[in-house]
Amino acid sequence: MVSPASSLRYSHTSAAVSPYPMPQSLGLRPTMPETPHDDPLTTDASRLAAGRRIRNRALAIGLSVTPFGLSFGAVSVEAHLSLAQVCLLSLVLFSGASQFALVSIIGAGGSYVSAVGTALLLGVRNGLYGARVNSLLRPAGWRRFLMAEVTIDESTAMAVSEAPSASAARAFWTTALSVYVLWNASTVIGALVGNALGSPAATGLDVAGPAAFIALLAPRLTTARMRLAALGSGAIALVTVPIVPVGAPILIGGLTAVALLLVLDR
Amino acid sequence: MKLWLAVLIASGGCAALKLAGYVVPARLLESRVARRILEALPVTLLSALIAVSVFATGSHLVLDSRAAGLAVALILVAIRAPFLVVVIAACATAAGVHAL
Repeated sequence: MVSPASSLRYSHTSAAVSPYPMPQSLGLRPTMPETPHDDPLTTDASRLAAGRRIRNRALAIGLSVTPFGLSFGAVSVEAHLSLAQVCLLSLVLFSGASQFALVSIIGAGGSYVSAVGTALLLGVRNGLYGARVNSLLRPAGWRRFLMAEVTIDESTAMAVSEAPSASAARAFWTTALSVYVLWNASTVIGALVGNALGSPAATGLDVAGPAAFIALLAPRLTTARMRLAALGSGAIALVTVPIVPVGAPILIGGLTAVALLLVLDR
Repeated sequence: MKLWLAVLIASGGCAALKLAGYVVPARLLESRVARRILEALPVTLLSALIAVSVFATGSHLVLDSRAAGLAVALILVAIRAPFLVVVIAACATAAGVHAL
C-alpha cells in the first residue's frame, strides 16, 4: 500500500505544475476545440506514472462500490425481485443510486410509478455528465453507445480529473471497466448470499464515494469561484432535501449553482 | 409482470438518459457559454451528490459518522495527501465513529 500511495503523491504534485491553462481561462479561446492531445513534455516515465495512478485509483473506486453491490443484491431479493431482474438492473441500468431507489421504494411498498420516477430523476445527471464527457473525449460510432452506458459518477469524475490531458480517456475507460465488473459481480453475490459484509455504515464504506469524489474534484477547485459553486451546490441540495422528492436535490443543487456561476461571470 | 415492467422501463429509461448527453449536436456544445456550463456541471453535480450522500438519509437531514469521515477527507485533500490515503482514512474514521 505504501509504494503506490507515494507514487500517487508524486504524480499529484507534477499535475499541479501542468502547463495547461486552467479551465476558466479556456473560455478566452472559444474557437480552440477541446480534444484530448498529447502533452509535448510527456515522457515515457510520466506516461507510465499516469497509467499506474489511473489503474490504482480505478481499482480502489471499483472495490469501494462492492459493499453497495452486495447490499443492493440483498435488498433487491428482499423486495422480491428475481435474480434475472437484479442482474438486468446492474447490467443495463448500471447506476447505483437509481438502482437503490427503485428497489428500496418497491421493497417499502411504494408505487411502481414513484419507484421508476425516482430512478429516472436520479439518472438525469448521467445525461448531463454525458454531454461533458462527449465534449471531452469525442467518441465516434458505436463507441459512443458503449461510452454512454458506462457514463456514471465514478467514470466522469476520473475523466474530468485527468482532463485535458490524453490520459482522460484512459481514466474514463479503466474506471468504467473496474466499476462495471465489480458492481455486477457484487450484486450477483449479494442476491445469492445476502449481505455478508454487514452494512456499509459499519465498515465506513458509506463515505468511500464522497471521499474519492472530493479527492478527484480537488484539482478543479483551485479558484474561489469554483469553490463557491461547489459549496453553493451542496448547500442548495441540502436545503431542498426535506421538501422535494428523493433524487431531485442533486439536480437542483447542481443546476442552480451553474446558473449562479454564469450570473457571477457577467 | 408489473415488476418486470418497472425493471424494464427504469433500465431502458436510465440507459436512454445516459445516451441523451451524447446525441446533443457538437456545434451546440462549442459556444463559450455552453463550454462554461459543461465544465462546471460535473463539479457542481458531484458536490451536490457528496453533500446529499453524507448529510441525508432519504428525505431527512442527518449528522452521523459520515460527517466525521467527510471532515477527515477534506483535511487530507487540503494537505495534498495521496488519493488512497484520503479514501482509506475517511472510511476508517467513519467506521470508528459509527462503532462508538
